[in-house]
Amino acid sequence: MINLFKIAIRNLMRYKRRTLLTASLITIGVVFVLVFVSVSGSFKNMMIGQITDSVIGHIQLHRKGYVASIENLPLTMNMKANSVKRLEKIISDEPQIEAFSPRIKFGGMFSNFAETTNIRLNGVYPEKEFATVPLLPSRITKGEKSLNLGEIIIPELLANGMNAKIGDTVVIVATNQNGSVNGKQFKVSGILESVSGPGGRDGYIHLEDAVELLRMEEIEISEIAVRLKNFDKLDIVTSKLEELISKELNKNDKPMFEVHPWKKLSPFYHISRMIDLLTFFIKIMLIAIVLISIMNVMIMAVYERIREIGTLSAIGTLPSRILSMFVIEGFCLGFIGGVIGDIIGIVIVFIINMAKIKFDFGMQKGLTLVASIHQGDLLAISATVIIVSVIASLQPALKASRMNPIEALRHV
Amino acid sequence: MTLISAVNLEKTYQAGEVIVKALDGVSFEIEPSSFVSFVGPSGSGKTTLLNLIGCLDKPTSGELRIADTEVLSLNRRESALFRGSNIGFIFQDFNLIPVLTVYENIEYPLLMVLTTSVEERKKRVLELLEIVGMKDQRDKYPDQISGGQKQRAAVARALVTNPKLVLADEPTANLDKHTAYMVIELMKKMRDDFKTTFIFSTHDPKVVGEAEIIYTLDDGTIINKAIKAGKKHD
Ligand SMILES: Nc1ncnc2c1ncn2[C@@H]1O[C@H](COP(=O)(O)OP(=O)(O)OP(=O)(O)O)[C@@H](O)[C@H]1O
Ligand SMILES: [Mg+2]
Repeated sequence: MINLFKIAIRNLMRYKRRTLLTASLITIGVVFVLVFVSVSGSFKNMMIGQITDSVIGHIQLHRKGYVASIENLPLTMNMKANSVKRLEKIISDEPQIEAFSPRIKFGGMFSNFAETTNIRLNGVYPEKEFATVPLLPSRITKGEKSLNLGEIIIPELLANGMNAKIGDTVVIVATNQNGSVNGKQFKVSGILESVSGPGGRDGYIHLEDAVELLRMEEIEISEIAVRLKNFDKLDIVTSKLEELISKELNKNDKPMFEVHPWKKLSPFYHISRMIDLLTFFIKIMLIAIVLISIMNVMIMAVYERIREIGTLSAIGTLPSRILSMFVIEGFCLGFIGGVIGDIIGIVIVFIINMAKIKFDFGMQKGLTLVASIHQGDLLAISATVIIVSVIASLQPALKASRMNPIEALRHV
Repeated sequence: MTLISAVNLEKTYQAGEVIVKALDGVSFEIEPSSFVSFVGPSGSGKTTLLNLIGCLDKPTSGELRIADTEVLSLNRRESALFRGSNIGFIFQDFNLIPVLTVYENIEYPLLMVLTTSVEERKKRVLELLEIVGMKDQRDKYPDQISGGQKQRAAVARALVTNPKLVLADEPTANLDKHTAYMVIELMKKMRDDFKTTFIFSTHDPKVVGEAEIIYTLDDGTIINKAIKAGKKHD
């Protein structure tokens, strides 16, 4: 019994060394891409997870213009209680949203009765905040992983600089939006590990304490952080929220609120884009490697077998069948190289995970790299290799199928 | 009933400035189950003529009918189909497919050119292996057998589709005298068994002697037609 695949495999076996070299080249390319894609992808997702789950949340809502002047933490740009109510209604009605947390953000003075320094603070409802940024408790390295009225969680660097310890009494002094200054005593209940990016070095107090400290007549909110049930739906939910809140207009018929996904808030997004770009170029390189090596081998194969092609053609083999003989040969070569590459790639990623490689990201130390190969990536890379192999063998195969049998038979 | 009728076949090649007249007005008729040889000096046009009869090439002018088909009007694909079902080829260099075993080489036309059922295919291949005496070599690859064995396998491959016509351009040129003789005898036996017409070209006078009708070509024209005594064709 013979068939086209058998013929292709036997022809590949005929030139073992050449087949081995080409297949290895493809294998190396696939391994490289797989390992890179999985490591960089996992790194990226981990960093995004760190950023969104410990500080920013997935999406934030503000009064229009707040983000543009976020450095000043302007209290004048807060959202009034009835606006917040309307926003909270919109958010609560959205089934894709898991949790949200209103925050009052402001700057103040931190004093331990000996020294004074600046501090940026978030007034939050602890349960809501912890639900929205679930990694926050894990950042509290010392003290209770909770926050009660009258307590403050302070950033690590500040604690070190001011020599503040758990249980110390400190004073926070803040200026409210009318310009009047007020102070309030807090007990240090926790010390917070810093993270890179905006808000990574802020302290936390209870929202009601913030209201009192800032002498607000009614609760005003600087931002609402939102956590989604499914992070992959980020873009969909963002645009849905954008549409919903665009109907909320102010007196001048201008939109009153703005929506920002984490991408617009953290500079890490640009790093993640760079990683994507790098991945893209590495994939292009893989395609080039496969294309050139397969084409090279198939051109040689056709050239070496001109007389054979002449024979097949003379005894009545249709051009389309001769074409498929060579295309299948290229396909098999790409398939073998790709599958071996997949297997080795998976093994290497497994070894990387076994080795528990640690890395630092900004202030965060000792994160463990957990690489994972996504089935989608695996399929896409394998499919690309195979499709490119077929495309690369198409031109030589076409040449073979169009050969004039007499000339081919006369070829020496 | 004529199998092949050729009228005034001409073939010119242009190699740069030079125009070569490889065939210059060749006409003949060949009946079914003939055993025909074209002989002539090198360059006389034997290969050119066999290529035309084999529907591998088109003449510059003339007419050619094979098995009631105007083969000159066939396109590339139709020619291939016609060759596949009507003509078998035997080559000077045997031209077996190196990656296929003897069995698979013989099977190839039934599988890749025609579509024959599994049982039919097996039956036919085994039958031919038996006739050409290659049954015990069936699982060897071409590079594991001798020239004579290769040509016997090639004869079996040419006949496996039961073609009306088998063409062989110098089928014995690469074989020693004894083997050459055996291959020709085998071809003759096949003609007797299957009523297939064989047309071959040769230089070898011994081999020529085996033919029943001998056309002599010189400079692109038929200069002589000899019919061996005992043959009723004219
Ligand atoms: N492709 C070609 N281009 C140009 N001239 C050709 C071509 N093929 C054959 N010829 C010429 O046509 C003539 C007949 O060639 P052909 O091959 O048919 O001879 P032949 O009888 O088979 O010779 P031999 O016994 O050496 O095989 C020769 O003069 C040859 O040079
Ligand atoms: Mg010749």
